[in-house]
Amino acid sequence: MTGSFRTASGGRIDRAKPLAFRFDGTTYYGFQGDTLASALIANGVHLMGRSFKYHRPRGVVSAGSDEPNALVDVRRDDARTTPNLRATQVELYEGLVATSQNRWPSLAFDAGAMNDLFSPFLPAGFYYKTFMWPAGAWKRFYEPKIRAMAGLGVAPTLPDPDRYTQHYAHCDVLVIGAGPAGIAAALAASATGARVMLVDEQAEFGGSLLAETAATLDGKPAQQWLADGLETLAASGNVTLRTRTTAFGYFPHNMIALAERVTEHLASPNPNLPRERLWQVRATEVVIAAGALERPLVFPENDRPGVMLADAGRTYLTRYGAKPGTRATVFTACDSGYRAALELAAGGVEVAAIADLRPQVHGDWAAKALDAGIDVRPSTVVTGTLGRRRVSGAHLAKLKAGAVGPAETVACDLVLMSGGFTPSVHMFSQSRGKLVYDPALQVYLPGTSVERERSAGACRGVYGLKAVIEDGYARGEGAAKDAGFGTSSPRAFAVEAAELGTDGFIGAVPHGRNPAFAKAFVDWQNDVTSKDIALATREGFRSIEHVKRYTTTGMATDQGKSSNMNALGIVSEQLGVGVPQIGLTTFRPPFTPTTFGIFAGAARGDLFDPIRTTPIHDWAAERGAAFEDVSLWKRAHYFPKTGEDMHAAVARECKAVRSSAGIFDASTLGKIEIVGPDAAEFMNRMYTNAWTKLEPGRLRYGVMLREDGFVMDDGVVGRLSHDRFHVTTTTGGAPRVLAHMEDYLQTEWPDLDVWLTSTTEQWAVIAVQGPKSREILQPLMDDIDLSRAAFPHMSVREGHVCGVPTRVFSVSFTGELGFEVNVPAEHGRAIWEAIFKAGAPYGITPYGTETMHVLRAEKGYIIVGQETDGTAVPDDVNLGWAVGKAKRDFVGKRSLERAAMSAPDRKQLVGLLTTDPKIVLEEGAQIVAEPGVKVPSPHPVPMLGFVTSSYASATLERSIALAMIKGGRARIGTKLHVPMPGGSIEVTVVEPSFYDPKGERFDA
Amino acid sequence: MLIINCPWCGARPEIEFRYGGEAHIARPADPSALSDQEWADFLYNRTNPKGRHAERWRHIHGCGRYFNAVRDTVSDFFVATYKAGEPRPDIAGETK
Repeated sequence: MTGSFRTASGGRIDRAKPLAFRFDGTTYYGFQGDTLASALIANGVHLMGRSFKYHRPRGVVSAGSDEPNALVDVRRDDARTTPNLRATQVELYEGLVATSQNRWPSLAFDAGAMNDLFSPFLPAGFYYKTFMWPAGAWKRFYEPKIRAMAGLGVAPTLPDPDRYTQHYAHCDVLVIGAGPAGIAAALAASATGARVMLVDEQAEFGGSLLAETAATLDGKPAQQWLADGLETLAASGNVTLRTRTTAFGYFPHNMIALAERVTEHLASPNPNLPRERLWQVRATEVVIAAGALERPLVFPENDRPGVMLADAGRTYLTRYGAKPGTRATVFTACDSGYRAALELAAGGVEVAAIADLRPQVHGDWAAKALDAGIDVRPSTVVTGTLGRRRVSGAHLAKLKAGAVGPAETVACDLVLMSGGFTPSVHMFSQSRGKLVYDPALQVYLPGTSVERERSAGACRGVYGLKAVIEDGYARGEGAAKDAGFGTSSPRAFAVEAAELGTDGFIGAVPHGRNPAFAKAFVDWQNDVTSKDIALATREGFRSIEHVKRYTTTGMATDQGKSSNMNALGIVSEQLGVGVPQIGLTTFRPPFTPTTFGIFAGAARGDLFDPIRTTPIHDWAAERGAAFEDVSLWKRAHYFPKTGEDMHAAVARECKAVRSSAGIFDASTLGKIEIVGPDAAEFMNRMYTNAWTKLEPGRLRYGVMLREDGFVMDDGVVGRLSHDRFHVTTTTGGAPRVLAHMEDYLQTEWPDLDVWLTSTTEQWAVIAVQGPKSREILQPLMDDIDLSRAAFPHMSVREGHVCGVPTRVFSVSFTGELGFEVNVPAEHGRAIWEAIFKAGAPYGITPYGTETMHVLRAEKGYIIVGQETDGTAVPDDVNLGWAVGKAKRDFVGKRSLERAAMSAPDRKQLVGLLTTDPKIVLEEGAQIVAEPGVKVPSPHPVPMLGFVTSSYASATLERSIALAMIKGGRARIGTKLHVPMPGGSIEVTVVEPSFYDPKGERFDA
Repeated sequence: MLIINCPWCGARPEIEFRYGGEAHIARPADPSALSDQEWADFLYNRTNPKGRHAERWRHIHGCGRYFNAVRDTVSDFFVATYKAGEPRPDIAGETK
């Protein structure tokens, strides 16, 4: 019922809890505690995927996160479908639905497998060499086809319905990895009183101890020792334990990123829990106890389903009670193969032979194997395997003086391989620690540290259970001490465990076959063979970084966990230089694939970015306003009436302002209160204008430059008193302007006695514009006389409107008589509604930013960031008048004195009128002198400038545009041309003021 | 993510701060007295050292103060932070 390859007893699965699941449409049964991989193996299923390029049948190779082959798609519903999950990490739950990937129409029969037959024509760099012409075909044809063929899983297109949360945590000692070294380190560190966090990517703590059935620790079976140790840790109040939590990134100053999978393993996830959590942990000290990964051997046809790492095969049997086969051939370069063979033999798997690459076997492993009746063959290689969807035999041949002898075929449905172990130095390398090559172990080990971390156990080349536990304990104690805690009580560990030695092999195993017909895989997932890597070196690639990119070895989702060292070994042999001379590819985060969900966290939809709304926002929304985003603000763009499009609404709004009155929400304007005895002097230095003589109660249009002389911002400034200015800035520029002011005040002129305060959100600003604006507003004013005599244009008065304190500006960005009523934000909507009501008899019309833009363009008023682009000096945009020539200094003044800043061919602001008044130019369109230019032009045409603003003006009953044109002022009256895809458009250059150029309407 | 020690607030994570360019470049008292080349040097030319670099930071999401720091551009780690106006600390191995 639960699989014919399931053992009768043993393992950490819960045989009382059978679980049904589906793989590629077939229902199977497993147990609680299984992974998808172990459950499939228990059912005799090894074919779990197809390879990336050749579509070769592939089975599971490992039992952990280093799995390159068994990538599956796990589906809960249309939105909850996760591709590219490693079956070795997918925990089984009742009703789990998984499918294999990269095959069509089915896993057993995959049409793409014909690539395998063509493989002699698909060497490394094939894509670069073949799909070169015609140039246009790459995007249109080759790339889509190749992507469809080569793709792995398919991401769901629906929005992710689950929650992902982000958390910060702090601890004294973070222990990464809860194998024997990590458990010992956590025990030692926690005994000192340090706050310890212990994390592991697996569902259970224990690492290699979970598969340990023979060893004893402190007189107890290893798994009992593990349970007791975890109980001690859980009972101490200062230890945080997190399983299913991958430390995937090591960032500066001991910031470790953890991905915790909270509900992935549950049949019915609790909707109140997030699916995953991102932990950003700041640890005083870090112990990396990441263990070591078993290395495959590179021999021909080492990729058939049923070929797997020796320790993985053993783990499936001892930890999961799943027999990985019935008859095994073991190919090993180290003692791990013997341990696996012996434990499998004891578990009922026949072991046909152990092919040992080594001429001599250390210790008593060979004797034990012989005692168990296993055929042990030293100096023997596997030169190939048989089978298609499952391995059915292996060719074994003797090595004599480096030559491969004749092969003998051994029937088997399982090939276990071991090339030794590679310390998992990913986190250490990510911490920018320097790796050092150990020629004896043939691996890279942690060398000089940069961060406050230390490695413990197998990940630093310490092998053997006793040594690993002692090292873990010492390192945990050292970490706590360095974090400022005392020492824990000395502790000796009594360990009885089989020693596996330190032997291993890197590179490609000799096979003596015609290399054209022997595929020995280095990187399973990306289908990179030893031949591909050899080809890369023959074609001149020397650096491992280049070999990696050319062959794609180590670039798959496993990021070279199984392939890197063998690739290095092959390059080393091909080039005849040592491994350290070839270099090492960089280990980068994430350690294993990480979902986008935890990076996004809550920052999606409405929470993607902060949204700023004005006090009048809801009124506009109730009126059906269309909104536009201006920096983080939502601004009313226009107020359409039923049946109106934007064009019609804007035309109506413009006419209302010009003929009677409009009301506009200008609350988003940046506002800064500048106060202090030196306020005027500070203003003098920050703005081009002269401020000393501006009388209290008057306004002035101010221009701010950067130190390089280019226009940075502008705005109307009111002087409220001798020592107080009300400064306005552009909507988007407010934070930038305040930071710019703070910079100079704090660092250049700390002697000035001035305070700067952002008041943007304290004031609601209601602009009432149009010839009737005074008549509408005057009755609402408690104590302000709006008459022209008492309140000239460009003045500010403080008083009350409808009983609310106000600052009223007589100012116009429309060219009409106008006022801006500033009231405390909390009264914004009430005053707006009062004005709107008072204006009803005059037909007061709410207008949005689009109308505001049209009206100001009719007047030729610039918008910083639209007419200017960071390369315009004031004179370029007709603001030379605003520069205080007599001032000794202001920010940007010296730069304006450079000759280039007043060159006659600079781009200057002009107006454009199309010959055909109905044509509205495209903003951004280029302007040339040559008529009739086609787009695209067959010959280069010098560009004179570009259109910056362009609108249909209802007032003028024609189109208008503003433009920046080289030497533009000298071209006024001439005709220029705007080439567009639909034909070249003729324009006349005019003064950039289309409406009431003398400004007579301010006093209408 | 780096920890930066604000001289006013203490140690805070990097995201609270904004970089402000090289430190100890005083704005000339009388810019108009400078030649174009001297002004360009002030405005644009920076030391860009490999190693210890004195630079300005602002605790923008904290106290709002500009302060100075010596950072090692190779390791990216901060060596010292100090208040604006204070002299650059004399640190061994500093690129001057």
